[in-house]
Amino acid sequence: MSIWEYANPVKFMRTSSAILPWVAAGAALCLGAGLVWGFLTPQDYKQGSTVKIMFLHVPAAMMAINIWVMMLAASLIWLIRRHHVSALAAKAAAPVGAVMTVIALLTGAIWGQPMWGTWWEWDPRLTAFLILFLFYLGYIALWSAVDNPDSAADLTGVLCLVGSVFAVLSRYAVNFWNQGLHQGASLSVKAGERVDPTYKYPLYLCMLGFFLLFVTLLLIRTRTEIRRRRTAALLAREVRG
Amino acid sequence: MIALLMRDLRLATRAGGGFGLGLAFFLIVCTLVPFGVGPEGGTLARIAPGILWVGALLACLLSLDRIFALDWEDGSLDLLATAPLPLEGAVLVKAAAHWITTGLPLVLAAPVFGVLLHLPAAAQPWLLVSLGVGTPALSMLGAFGAAITVGLRRGGLLMSLLVLPLYVPTLIFGAEAVRRGAAGADGATPLVFLSGITLAVLATMPFAAAAALRVNLR
Repeated sequence: MSIWEYANPVKFMRTSSAILPWVAAGAALCLGAGLVWGFLTPQDYKQGSTVKIMFLHVPAAMMAINIWVMMLAASLIWLIRRHHVSALAAKAAAPVGAVMTVIALLTGAIWGQPMWGTWWEWDPRLTAFLILFLFYLGYIALWSAVDNPDSAADLTGVLCLVGSVFAVLSRYAVNFWNQGLHQGASLSVKAGERVDPTYKYPLYLCMLGFFLLFVTLLLIRTRTEIRRRRTAALLAREVRG
Repeated sequence: MIALLMRDLRLATRAGGGFGLGLAFFLIVCTLVPFGVGPEGGTLARIAPGILWVGALLACLLSLDRIFALDWEDGSLDLLATAPLPLEGAVLVKAAAHWITTGLPLVLAAPVFGVLLHLPAAAQPWLLVSLGVGTPALSMLGAFGAAITVGLRRGGLLMSLLVLPLYVPTLIFGAEAVRRGAAGADGATPLVFLSGITLAVLATMPFAAAAALRVNLR
């Protein structure tokens, strides 16, 4: 039993159809409970009710970065071991990641308006996220622009590698360029917690919910891509006679 | 490699090669900006470092598709790929040719445009040096973008979308060096970072660009 078994599309389809309902139910449960719990938390002494935006903002921002990392891993697997499911998973993840980035930016703007008095500030974190969004856009555009699926997978894979390096580089370059309004990391394994337990546990639940939501969407979208690949193959066979 | 470089330079400088087009575009950008923001010297001097860098970046972008597109169309790219010279080397030479025909004229002309935009005299050497150090990275990153989009119809717009985010760190450090120079401060720190980026890009990007070219030539 090795993880490479799932490089076989048939095996992947069978396993994913078995676990998909469970993951989807888990996502619905965690997100529903987490958001309701988050909504019922008491108001922050300084931020009032706007603190509740955190339950969408923080998990979405976290997923936006993690999805790119997942795409990087999937691209590497494709480039090194040529497993098609891996390339299709990277393709399927990109729009989800782009939407997560948009959610993070939008909720951030809605949160920033009452707290900082501005919808948008050229803060390093905000700017880096905007750049990440541009990378997502370029990646998605390249997938849709190349006709040959294998070439598209190769080119986007290379772009993902180069883009990862430059996304990280930009993240630290913008620190140099402007000092920010955005706080540093508040949840950290190493430095200890700086979020009150009242907010922390619903936040964890929302993070888990967002993660399961991503896995659900990823599985559905990857299955769609595999089916699309199959129909294309069937059509090609039909044409050839 | 030298023969390839000379060939590319000859092609670029002969009629229809588009040599100097980037420079003219740079001039137009620097002419249009005062119309947009008003002719006050103080305002212009403050934004000049950024405008000059963004202008150089866009002028560079304009001619990127020429790096591989013509050779792709007439098949000489296939010959280059099968030649004894590694494709990585060919990419490096192509990027160098692009820099000599686009980046270098920009660098040399930049002080003149700096005067147009009331850039303080103290910043002029910083502008010259930062553009001189930074534009090779722009050409090399552009060659990567051109290599990815070479086989596509209407690849130009897509290439801008792919390449411009890659230019962010270069732009930040380049413009920061000039801005510090304009403020009378020492711009050496951003300049060191900028040189680091350029060297890293020159060392690694030929491999990425050659990989993309091989996929497109398949």
